[in-house]
Amino acid sequence: MATTEAAAEAGHSAGMPQLNFETWPNQIFWLLVTLVIVWFVVAKIAMPRIGGVLAERKGTIGKDLAAAEELKAKAKAAEGAYTAALESARAEAAKIIAATKADIAKTLAAATAEADAKIEAKSAESEKRIAEIRAGAEAAVAEVARDTAGALVSALGGQADAGAIEAAVSARLKG
Amino acid sequence: MAEEGGLVIDPMHQFQIVPLGGGDHIGLFTVTNQTLWLGIAVLVITLLLLVGTARRSIIPGRLQSIGELLYTFIHDMVEEVTGHDGAKFFPYLMVLFTFIVTSNLLGLIPGSFAPTSHIAVTAVLAAMVFLTVTLVGFYRKGLGFLGMFWVSSAPLVLRPVLALIELISYFVRPLSHSIRLGGNIMAGHAVMKVFAGFAGVMGVASVVPIAAIAAIYGLELLVAVVQAYVFTILTCVYLRDAVGEAHH
Amino acid sequence: MTGDLASLALMGKYIGAGLATMGLGGAGIGVGTIAGNFLAGALRNPSAASSQMANLFVGIAFAEALGIFSFLIALLLMFAV
Repeated sequence: MATTEAAAEAGHSAGMPQLNFETWPNQIFWLLVTLVIVWFVVAKIAMPRIGGVLAERKGTIGKDLAAAEELKAKAKAAEGAYTAALESARAEAAKIIAATKADIAKTLAAATAEADAKIEAKSAESEKRIAEIRAGAEAAVAEVARDTAGALVSALGGQADAGAIEAAVSARLKG
Repeated sequence: MAEEGGLVIDPMHQFQIVPLGGGDHIGLFTVTNQTLWLGIAVLVITLLLLVGTARRSIIPGRLQSIGELLYTFIHDMVEEVTGHDGAKFFPYLMVLFTFIVTSNLLGLIPGSFAPTSHIAVTAVLAAMVFLTVTLVGFYRKGLGFLGMFWVSSAPLVLRPVLALIELISYFVRPLSHSIRLGGNIMAGHAVMKVFAGFAGVMGVASVVPIAAIAAIYGLELLVAVVQAYVFTILTCVYLRDAVGEAHH
Repeated sequence: MTGDLASLALMGKYIGAGLATMGLGGAGIGVGTIAGNFLAGALRNPSAASSQMANLFVGIAFAEALGIFSFLIALLLMFAV
């Protein structure tokens, strides 16, 4: 049995198996079956699927790009808003600073004025007292001078005329 | 051959078609080793293109990337070579390329069987292309399709001669188309087998043929893909004759 | 005598097959010329190279086809005649 098989194989292998036309119908049949299955798998199922995925991806990428563009615009707007807010806050702060400064200056001025007025009043009072004292002193001096002058006149033996002495003392005091 | 110290090289034995169930008779429906490997090719294609793309994710996984790569590769080829009119044949070319490249590459697994090394297989594929081109050409252009053979840019005297040559070359197309693929795959496998035969009898020096086999194996990987590519792109070129403007 | 004739025929077959393989050298020259010229052109104008890839392969395929025919003849002589 083995020998017959070997012989049969040797007989076959002498030529090209490709040119053994006995096997052709079998090969062609199975090839056609295979091609039909492959066609079904590839063209009917796989290709629409892959094509769909590719188209979807293209769409998704386009959409994503659009979304990114939109987000970028939004970010820009947000940045603008932020900058504006910052600007206004800065202006507000400057305004507040200025107002505070003005307030402080006003308060200071008022306080200064009050203090000045107090000092003025005090010094006026002081001056008045000084003037009073001076006037008192002057009156005392005139009194003393009148008394002295009267005493001197009487001591020298004269008759002290009050009116004359008065005039003489006040003339002397003025001079 | 036998006198050379048992150097028996039978490079054609690997292409033998044997029934899987034993026996010797090969009928129309007999399941042979070729049927097995055709089935494996179908399985691999299904795995690659159906299981890989089952999730249809926008961000592809590895298998889905392969499918998408294949898809865009063939799509660009059809667009570029056949033109916009050829887009209708995109599924057809996709099936051709997928099937051929898968069987070519599967045939390179040691101990496997390459269906595309058989002229019967490639002849059917080429005949399908030939019939498609001829039928589509006549359907699209009517008798104007014959204008392809009448080279109007040549001098009038030469035209009949050129027409004859063009006609012959047209009918030689399926022959060269099929023999190119089958011959390349068969030759590559046979060469490896011959070197393997050398390695069996050379003792220590068999490193040399084994290294040669490794090198040829790399080349054959390239050939397997390139031949599938060439088969497909030639189909595109032939289809351009049928659907596009006729220039040669 | 018949044996001599048979071996003579065998010899002729093998010699013919060997001669037929020389046609593959022509295909090699053709493919080399195409690839070399493509490379030369591609180095001059690298930007146009990728668009001509398809033409390169088609040209190689056509040049190779004729070599494949002689390979076929060799195989037919070896195994089929």
